[in-house]
Amino acid sequence: MSKRLVNILVPLISILLGLIIGAIVMAISGFSPVEGYVALWNGIFMDTYTMGETVRQITPYVFAGLAVAFAFRTGLFNIGVEGQLIMGWLAAAYVGFKFDLPTVIHLPLALIAAAVAGALWAFIPGLLKAKLQVHEVIVTIMMNYTALHVANSLIGTLSGGDERTPKVQETASLRSSFFESLTDYSRMHWGFVVALIAVLVMWFILEKTTRGYELKAVGFNKHASQYAGMNVNKNIILAMVISGAFAGLGGAMEALGTFENMSKLHGFTGIGFDGIAVALLGANQPFGVLLGAILFGSLKNGGLNMPSEAGVPTEIVNIVIALIIFFVASGYIIRVVLERFGKQRKEEK
Amino acid sequence: MEYVIEMLGIRKQFGDFVANDNITLQLKKGEIHALLGENGAGKSTLMNVLFGLYQPEAGTIRVHGKDVKITDPNVANKLGIGMVHQHFMLVENFTVTENIILGSEPTKMGTINIKDASKRVQELSEKYSLNVDANAKIEDISVGMQQRVEILKTLYRGAEILIFDEPTASLTPQEITELIQIMKRLIEEGKSIILITHKLKEIMEVSDRVTVIRKGQGIGTVITSETNPTELAELMVGRQVVFKTEKKDPNPTDTVLQIESLTVADNRDVDKVKGLNLTVRAGEIVGIAGIDGNGQSELIEAITGLRKVKSGKISLNGKDITGLKPRKITESGVGHIPQDRHKHGLVLDFPIGHNIALQTYYKAPISKSGVIDYKKVNEIARKIIEEYDVRSGEGEMSIARSLSGGNQQKAIIGREINRNPDLLIAALPTRGLDVGAIEFIHKRLIEQRDKGKAVLLISFELDEVMNVSDRIAVIHDGTIIDTVKPQETTEQELGLLMAGQSLHGKEKVGGENE
Repeated sequence: MSKRLVNILVPLISILLGLIIGAIVMAISGFSPVEGYVALWNGIFMDTYTMGETVRQITPYVFAGLAVAFAFRTGLFNIGVEGQLIMGWLAAAYVGFKFDLPTVIHLPLALIAAAVAGALWAFIPGLLKAKLQVHEVIVTIMMNYTALHVANSLIGTLSGGDERTPKVQETASLRSSFFESLTDYSRMHWGFVVALIAVLVMWFILEKTTRGYELKAVGFNKHASQYAGMNVNKNIILAMVISGAFAGLGGAMEALGTFENMSKLHGFTGIGFDGIAVALLGANQPFGVLLGAILFGSLKNGGLNMPSEAGVPTEIVNIVIALIIFFVASGYIIRVVLERFGKQRKEEK
Repeated sequence: MEYVIEMLGIRKQFGDFVANDNITLQLKKGEIHALLGENGAGKSTLMNVLFGLYQPEAGTIRVHGKDVKITDPNVANKLGIGMVHQHFMLVENFTVTENIILGSEPTKMGTINIKDASKRVQELSEKYSLNVDANAKIEDISVGMQQRVEILKTLYRGAEILIFDEPTASLTPQEITELIQIMKRLIEEGKSIILITHKLKEIMEVSDRVTVIRKGQGIGTVITSETNPTELAELMVGRQVVFKTEKKDPNPTDTVLQIESLTVADNRDVDKVKGLNLTVRAGEIVGIAGIDGNGQSELIEAITGLRKVKSGKISLNGKDITGLKPRKITESGVGHIPQDRHKHGLVLDFPIGHNIALQTYYKAPISKSGVIDYKKVNEIARKIIEEYDVRSGEGEMSIARSLSGGNQQKAIIGREINRNPDLLIAALPTRGLDVGAIEFIHKRLIEQRDKGKAVLLISFELDEVMNVSDRIAVIHDGTIIDTVKPQETTEQELGLLMAGQSLHGKEKVGGENE
């Protein structure tokens, strides 16, 4: 079996297996798998509105996935994407409603503010790791909680005791009447273009720049990097900062696109944590992350339709989605089976 | 004569690659039988066949004259075959006994009976004078001791035939001597041993017969007492091998590296280099001989800027480089072949091409305004790969991890020499390499010297120091205790110096004869 064919077959078989096991789970729980999957399909593709919503759902996943993947590629485990995303969301929302500026300045400024906020939130664990060898996993996890409560408290202060910040100015919004008319007033916004650019930026940094070479070298082997004269500490901090900037931009998608403001959060958004799965699905490659985010975002958005259309409870929907993701992530097993199958065929000949 | 093990006409294939072809090995009872071959010749494959990890495509295995089929290591264990692995398979924070019983724990009413096991381990240890404390934790004992635990493990499981896979690779000279004693003791007790190695000296010293394999082919079996190292090396490599590296007389000129009363501390702030003086001139190779742990690592790290200098001065071509950043030192003309090529020399997960750019990636022509030209990287890498005969599956695109140790080392040497440094520091450059690669590396070092470069060689192997250096500086307890010429000294004399005894009756501190 050719390598190319295997590469195409593996994800397809993975998704199929996930669907089959998911169907069994639904059947056992007393729901019709066919109805369930039709509802899932409709929740993704039914009309232009759902498609627009699907794209909107995918957008922040791209950023969260890139953030986790970038850190992974440079030898760091950024569990703090959630917190960095929350800080980015808040920063973008603040800049968005606070200033009166023309769009060409206002929108980029709001995006930059989000990236900087996320970067700063990631800078702290990076600094602690570089200078004091504190493990980034612990610090980033803790800083997720800090971000959640700091943001909620600041929302209260900024809005004068309200539950949410004021709506961002039109000059800072990613929404567009063009998409609204195209997708029957879905919340789809320009953010997906920013996400595609971010994919290219990550690819460019890692695969083309001198800095990317250093970041990867330090991630793989910091001793050899030090021998080669690289500044290991600087690179660790920089890797965290870039990762955090991606996460912060993910927050800006919510602030300037989906919600156009920020409400007090009752708990984590989950996007940052799902970013870990997205990054793993995409094998930590920028374009892989894009595909991973498309799969993840589509399932999440499509799943919303399953309780109402097919009566499948949310819990079962989440199990089914998790199963599909599980099988895609364990594509290795399928690869091994395929290769063995290919070998046998060859021997029979 | 009865054979305890016979492997007849063994063939093992991986895909299209034939790892073993028609190899025959017959082990007599009570002998030490060496299995000799270069890295990648198929020694390990053959032993894995015997140990049941691989199934051969052709050939028969007989144990005590009976045909057997060894389908997995448990079968091998039952047949009395035990393997002492090169990379120890021990749980660091378990005790010796816990490690030995791992996998076949003796139980008493459902709980592990560690007491009896520990007693048996202690008895075995005494019987074979292995001197192992059954209750010590693995992380607290030396590498040599850990190896004895591996030996004990096989004995505990009733092994009659012991396979030693490159047992001396990570041992100090003293530990090697002790190991040889242990092996002889095992033979006296009626065990039989297969010794896998590419070190000719050990074979001559300890083995009764030698089976040679080359590129997967069985070349034949010879009696050790009827052969000599030169013949063995030729059988192994398939061509003539020069042990005494040919070289012209040195022609040293200007001082390149000058170290004056250098003091360096280790991580625990204990002084490891104590007021050391050393000079290396252009056109000479200075060898640092010494026992591991006498300050060699700290000395190199201080010269290359990786460790802080406590006091003293290091200058290169008359310029003070003390305390500069590693990159500044590299750029002032220092090339460095590090002691641990996996940890410090290579990014193992990078392709070999990217590794060759590790010291030059940030400079033109590779990097222009922050963007790397990977085409250029690969072009330079291809040139070095060809020139230094680095063999790999996919050329410059092969992941560094997939290369053999010798080829990894050649790539590092190519990278460092290609930068044309005035001073080349080679730390244990031939550790773990086979005869062919060693010869190649020695030639390259001498070539640099002949080009008028200064070479500083650090080695624990006396042969290497004697062979390659023009001057030998013996390091002991952080100072150069004496400097001698290789043609005017003997291994015994060097051994004494390394142990800290001065040849001139009184102990010298920090004095280098100039």
